[in-house]
Amino acid sequence: MKKVMKSSIYFLLLMMLVLAGCTSKPQNETASSTTESQTNQSKQEEKKEEPIEITMYYPIAVGGPLTEIIEKMADDFHKENPNITVKPVYTGSYQDTMVKAQTAVKGNNPPDLAVLLSTELFTLKDMDAIIPLDDYIKNDGGDEYINSFYPGFMENAQTEGSTYSIPFQRSTIVLYYNKEAFEEAGLDPNNPPTNWEELKEYSKKLTKTEGNKTTRYGVEIPSSGFPYWLFQAFAIQNGKNLMSSDGKEVYLDTKENVEALQLWLDLAKDKSMPEGVIDWATTPTNFIEGKTAMMYHTTGNLTNVKNNAKFDFGVAFLPAGGKGFGSPTGGGNFYLFKGTEKAKQDAAWKFIKWASQPEIAAKWSIDTGYVAVSPKAYETEAMKAYVEGFPQAAVARDQLEHAYAELSTHNNGQVSKVFNDQLQAVLTGQTTPEEALKKAQEEANKLLAPFKK
Amino acid sequence: MEKKIALQQSVVHLGTKQETKTSKKMKTNVQAWLLFLPSLIFLLMFTFYPVLQTIYLSFFRADLAIPDPFFVGLENYQQLKEDAVFWKVMKNTFWFVFTTVPISMILALAMALFVNRAIRGTGWLKTAFFYPTVIPMIAVANIWLFIYTPGYGMMSQILDVFGFQDINWLGTANTVLPAMIIMAIWKEAGFFMVFYLAGLQSISKELYESASIDGASSWYTLRKITLPLLMPTTLFVSIIAVINTIKLVDHIAIMTKGGPDNASNLLLYYIYETAFNFWNEGMAATLTVVMLVILLIVAIIQIFFVDKKIHYS
Repeated sequence: MKKVMKSSIYFLLLMMLVLAGCTSKPQNETASSTTESQTNQSKQEEKKEEPIEITMYYPIAVGGPLTEIIEKMADDFHKENPNITVKPVYTGSYQDTMVKAQTAVKGNNPPDLAVLLSTELFTLKDMDAIIPLDDYIKNDGGDEYINSFYPGFMENAQTEGSTYSIPFQRSTIVLYYNKEAFEEAGLDPNNPPTNWEELKEYSKKLTKTEGNKTTRYGVEIPSSGFPYWLFQAFAIQNGKNLMSSDGKEVYLDTKENVEALQLWLDLAKDKSMPEGVIDWATTPTNFIEGKTAMMYHTTGNLTNVKNNAKFDFGVAFLPAGGKGFGSPTGGGNFYLFKGTEKAKQDAAWKFIKWASQPEIAAKWSIDTGYVAVSPKAYETEAMKAYVEGFPQAAVARDQLEHAYAELSTHNNGQVSKVFNDQLQAVLTGQTTPEEALKKAQEEANKLLAPFKK
Repeated sequence: MEKKIALQQSVVHLGTKQETKTSKKMKTNVQAWLLFLPSLIFLLMFTFYPVLQTIYLSFFRADLAIPDPFFVGLENYQQLKEDAVFWKVMKNTFWFVFTTVPISMILALAMALFVNRAIRGTGWLKTAFFYPTVIPMIAVANIWLFIYTPGYGMMSQILDVFGFQDINWLGTANTVLPAMIIMAIWKEAGFFMVFYLAGLQSISKELYESASIDGASSWYTLRKITLPLLMPTTLFVSIIAVINTIKLVDHIAIMTKGGPDNASNLLLYYIYETAFNFWNEGMAATLTVVMLVILLIVAIIQIFFVDKKIHYS
């Protein structure tokens, strides 16, 4: 039976090859329609540099015409490097893209290039799916190249002295606030809360009730899906990041974290935030509709809010805790996979290198709302003009100074799951912060134990 | 002597007769198997082979912590027994299935009875009852996500009109599963209605005529004629409904991701999480075996026990 499966897989692969052959044919035909001398010339050129086609899996996680933007990018790259064609393949959400890339790896047909969450580092490494990029970096760019990125973005890309991925579409959490609501509540619209005390106080003032019904909440901090990311902001502000850089240890049940979680819970207890779990996807809508005066959300939603909010809004650093400002980074990096041809890996590296140029990174940031990955991108003319017209865009950049790696460990899916579950249990009033964090720590320790050998 | 020969002859005769009978049987069998072969190949390849492979894998430890899977016997099952999330998920799945299925079936029957009468405008009603079935689950989940949104969602507006406190349906541990069940009923009932409609139309009109001549009340007719004659439909629908409901999973990815704290997590989504978020293949296989066993039990109960109590025709 295994044989049958194998041969059927070969058959499918064969079909795919045939199909791929069909699609590339028209190009050759158009080439042959030109005069013969030209054809000969181009043939000679081809001999010099074999045309290479690489596939790139990419997810879409924010609003806007991302597909067009990516395809435009691939075209631009092709114009500068005529022998390389980058074929972007839209593969759904980050989660879907990861599943597809992994399935492809298991089927011995990995993509040449993929944009995956920066936090997948250990998972991909444990699956032996990706290659370190150290050799490429050494020969092409060196330390200077690595240092050109914001250090907060490089954290998730490196472990045990090696670099495994290059930042591409990155984000952080920022505070969005409704300036009109601030004025209405008698607060200065140019002074958003800067610390936890103010956050609590302002949220209370901004909350509006009619009878026993709340018509506007002070703040919303989403907690569906991946509450660990939002919690990480509080943890960084109050103490230290949640994990070690080798991804083998987590620090969940610290005193500082208990305080942080208590603060989150208190906002709901004060009635200045909705009780229970707040949905990630509907939070921006709530903000745009004026149902909440402030929200914690990704910078990736900046363009969405800018286009849809009918009121003047501000963007600010997340209010500081005992240790100062802080936010985790988020978003996706470029990865190269084991088992692809060397020539294709080289071509993919060329594309990565090309995409991290300041001009390209700046354009990508302006088009999408993601944070540009290097300080140099913010020094380009295009970016300067953009930030001048829309100063909110600079907030995320400035906050990067206080940004640290997103939670990423070995066995990441399961570790973040036990943590998420406990956070939600606290927010829905089923357990206390101390107990929840203790339990999360215990379970995470169990899950990480096999990796410590 | 002659008698003996005759007997021998008849014996010989009998022998050849039997031989032709078996060869004929063989022939029909071969023909049957040949006809069955195309689907058999696909069944073997896409159903039986994966099932066996899954059972095999469930005896292995295969996760991110180890490079090569190794045999652990029943350890995965043992671990599952101690997994609190697993039991929570099983409980959720049980309640989800055993409230969604009967309620949507009763609703489906009621809608079918209502629509089946020859009244003007029932065409529109039929469409209205049926259309949730046509919408893909992903779209349904997105619509209901906003219906349940606290503050301005439809549910909260309705509650507001009647002066009730707003409820965060999807964000509260006690309400999230009922909220999902209501949505599933809305989605599924129309589909089952169609089967009941077909069942109703196949019941002979004469039965109702004679019942009305005998002066039977409509309730009596329903109880003694309609419902018993709809039993085959009911069996069929109940199998479809149970399997369909266990298969409903897309909405979780959109609406809650199983949260808060697994309060809306169902078995199939947990399998997905284990396989593709945790990459714990051994455990995912074990969970799949559990689901297979459950489905098998459901099928056995329905086909061998319930089926016997139904009068066909």
